Amino acid sequence: MDIRHNESVWPEDSVARVPYWVYQDPANYTRELGRLFEGPTWNYVCLEADIPNKGDYRTNFVGALPVIVVRDADGTINCFENRCAHRGALIALDDGGNVENNFKCIYHAWSYDLCGNLRGIAFERGINGVGGMPKDFKRETFSPRKLRTTTLCGLVFATLSDETPPIEEYLGDEILGRIKRVLNRPIKVMGRFTQALPNNWKLYVENVKDTYHASLLHLFFGTFRITRLTQGGGVLVSPDGGHHASYTIDKADDRQSTAYRDQGIRTENKDYTLADPSLLDTVKEFGDDIQLQILSVFPGFILQQIHNCLAVRQVVPRGTDRMDLKWTYFGFADDPPEMTKRRLKQQNLVGPAGFVSMEDGCVGGFVQRGIASAGEQVSVIEMGGDTTESQATRATEASVRGFWKAYRERMGY
Amino acid sequence: MDVGRLVTLNAAYARAIDNEQFEQWPELFHDDCLYKVTTADNLAQGMEGGVMYADSRAMLQDRVSALRKANIYERQRYRHIVGLPVVLGEKDGVAEAETPFLIVRIMRDGVMDVFATGCYRDKVKANAAGELRFVERIAVCDGGRFDTLVALPF
Repeated sequence: MDIRHNESVWPEDSVARVPYWVYQDPANYTRELGRLFEGPTWNYVCLEADIPNKGDYRTNFVGALPVIVVRDADGTINCFENRCAHRGALIALDDGGNVENNFKCIYHAWSYDLCGNLRGIAFERGINGVGGMPKDFKRETFSPRKLRTTTLCGLVFATLSDETPPIEEYLGDEILGRIKRVLNRPIKVMGRFTQALPNNWKLYVENVKDTYHASLLHLFFGTFRITRLTQGGGVLVSPDGGHHASYTIDKADDRQSTAYRDQGIRTENKDYTLADPSLLDTVKEFGDDIQLQILSVFPGFILQQIHNCLAVRQVVPRGTDRMDLKWTYFGFADDPPEMTKRRLKQQNLVGPAGFVSMEDGCVGGFVQRGIASAGEQVSVIEMGGDTTESQATRATEASVRGFWKAYRERMGY
Repeated sequence: MDVGRLVTLNAAYARAIDNEQFEQWPELFHDDCLYKVTTADNLAQGMEGGVMYADSRAMLQDRVSALRKANIYERQRYRHIVGLPVVLGEKDGVAEAETPFLIVRIMRDGVMDVFATGCYRDKVKANAAGELRFVERIAVCDGGRFDTLVALPF
């Protein structure tokens, strides 16, 4: 039986088992774009700080759907499909900029206001009464699709669905609180980079939610005690499973722990030291002892605090076995120069060349290649049981299972 | 500034990385230095972040020790093709120069891809022994999209 075309079959009907065809099947991929990204979900599209003034815009993607996000005259933020209603060409070609009052498609000069309404048609009445659009052509019924937007702590999300609940309800109180913890005042963008990953987008999202792997794969995490399973912390999973926040709190007694050495784990290496330890010189800036917090919003948004290194990451699917990860590094508008310098140094931990993130950038590809002929086999996601509730340990895969709970629900599997 | 001296420095730089003699790479910088890999867009918008950032030779040495001992990545090499430097100015013994680069990445399975193109924006001055060394090297990449795994320095 070919289960990928039978929506009711999931191996063992368990969120602790995931069939590998979900990372490979083109029909499943198309279904994801429609049911997840273009469905009743909130998708990160930009930062408010990216578009502070009227007419400022950014282009982005909601799944595969190209969108324009623009600041209107009254300060509200609009989002609409980046597709001319005439022949389907992209309306805006740049990553961002300012358009003052309207966007104009370069193909036939049809123009749109900042809400995405079709306003102008070149030679609409023809030349000398000849040609032109039919007299009964109703401009107002032809516009690119509009998305609803919402803002939260300077983040801008968009949704194509009328059914998506308010963002606060969508996230739940626990995850909402963890976003507010970090994004507590105006931010300053410090850099943007795109990392092209050779794997299905879900392999990256799972990696982000996988609290079990972090200190086992990344020597920097284990050796420099940035996050270890033997430290304090835990993982919060939203009731629907889709969103998560994991966090690490250093504990004095972890310095005596021999758990990693006892198991012969590579990532605790007492002989490995930094010639310039200022890389990890950290100050507490959020009024608590949480030194690492990784948070995800279903389907493809991540907010990261690793020491004083802050970033948002957006997952953009590019086919069954390709994705882009769009990084935006940020600090706060009121950062003194020494804090800016600290963040610049700690940015070495993340991004395409990150001491930590470079490994996350390749493990997804290792899985994608490893499962090449295993579409009907399953992965085993059973650390910490087979449920998805929040846990006071990170030696669990609860939040990965949470992703599959939300995924199956929304995909109808 | 004699362009020939810059060419020699650039050749030594490319050779250290391409021949995987990474330990020689920090030796081409002053103790107090700035090394950064960023993009033309970030630079144009005044954004300081980099995919690699070091403000001391020791931080460059840490990049090398991480490559050797800490990080997990698939075996790969670079081939740098470095163009001719243009000297933009000279003041108090520090010369500013700009040199275009192209990097081909050779993966362990034999694939050779154009990995990055861009321009080095440099500040150089002689050390106590009279050898030209980098005070600053900013690798400004033409594009902002990096294939995963920027392991080796640009």
